[in-house]
Amino acid sequence: MLKNICQKMLRRSLWVYHANSGGCNGCDIEVLNVLTPYYDAERFGIKLVGSPRHADVMLCQGPAMRSTACALRRAYEAMPAPKLVFAIGSCACGGGLWHDSYSVLGPVEKLLPVDFYIPGCPPRPEAILFGVAAAAGLVDKKVAPVRFKQAEFPIPRYHPEHLRGRGELVVYEKAERV
Amino acid sequence: MTSLLSKIREIMVGWNAGRVTLPYPAAPAPTPPRFRGRPIFDATKCIGCAGCANNCPAREILVYDVCQEIRILKYLGRRCTYCGRCADVCPEGAITMSGEFENATPAIGDIEQRLELFMSTCQRCGRCFTEPSPLEQLKLKGYRFDDLEHDRWVFRSQGYLENSPVVDDLTIELD
Repeated sequence: MLKNICQKMLRRSLWVYHANSGGCNGCDIEVLNVLTPYYDAERFGIKLVGSPRHADVMLCQGPAMRSTACALRRAYEAMPAPKLVFAIGSCACGGGLWHDSYSVLGPVEKLLPVDFYIPGCPPRPEAILFGVAAAAGLVDKKVAPVRFKQAEFPIPRYHPEHLRGRGELVVYEKAERV
Repeated sequence: MTSLLSKIREIMVGWNAGRVTLPYPAAPAPTPPRFRGRPIFDATKCIGCAGCANNCPAREILVYDVCQEIRILKYLGRRCTYCGRCADVCPEGAITMSGEFENATPAIGDIEQRLELFMSTCQRCGRCFTEPSPLEQLKLKGYRFDDLEHDRWVFRSQGYLENSPVVDDLTIELD
């Protein structure tokens, strides 16, 4: 779905606008590192623009905070459709370490519909590049949910309700299983 | 003329510097040896002591006892900062900080790990082993009731907090 949107609607290049709604600047620096010649993101057509009105993608850094919620929402509404939102860093993905603070509302998905999550604190420049490349359909995502169930160890249990009086004796009915 | 010279000089500078761009998405990028990526939970080693859940600064590891024998440990990883404290406190070494950093995903539930652990009980009575003194019973780490459906911790004093007017004001403001 997201891949189709990216490949059809945003075929030429993604112009990104990075919105920091109360992060610590760590993710900002990593995003700027992606744009340096070492991790040249401009070879994928990614360009950082200064106004949300020019942007296709919003890179959200920092949690949704009470003081910046209104501004973040207005910046999102100013973007022309089709628009994508990338949550970068553990603050934007899950609310950050101070998720239960009075000023933090939580992850940015409480305010904006987030299309892509790049966790990390901060994510490596390679991780951001991987996220952008995965969203553009160049590489496939590598994570999948892990569910593991330990095999149940067969310990028989002693249930007092299975004790039966038989004459003078008290017999445990399921004695062979104890 | 000067502009042409400056262009030529720029070409020479660029020629001498060579190519610095890393071929990252095409070729794999090796991580430094002490790099901490996504923690991997080894369910065969885990004893379910919930030390990681009690020490997680982001509170992203939830533990819930569905019954006497089965304990569910859930790592959500959304706001995990990869600090490695869970791997430090794990007595069995069941958590390893892997070098995986390519965790970008369109669905945040993809980075979740869920372990269903079998907790053995006393064969004689079927109850759990009790601690000798009341103080050690307070320090017991098991039998926590986190809210796994809503992915949050349940604090013991929640009933008290719900009646408190300050907290009610806060929830109204958030809505």
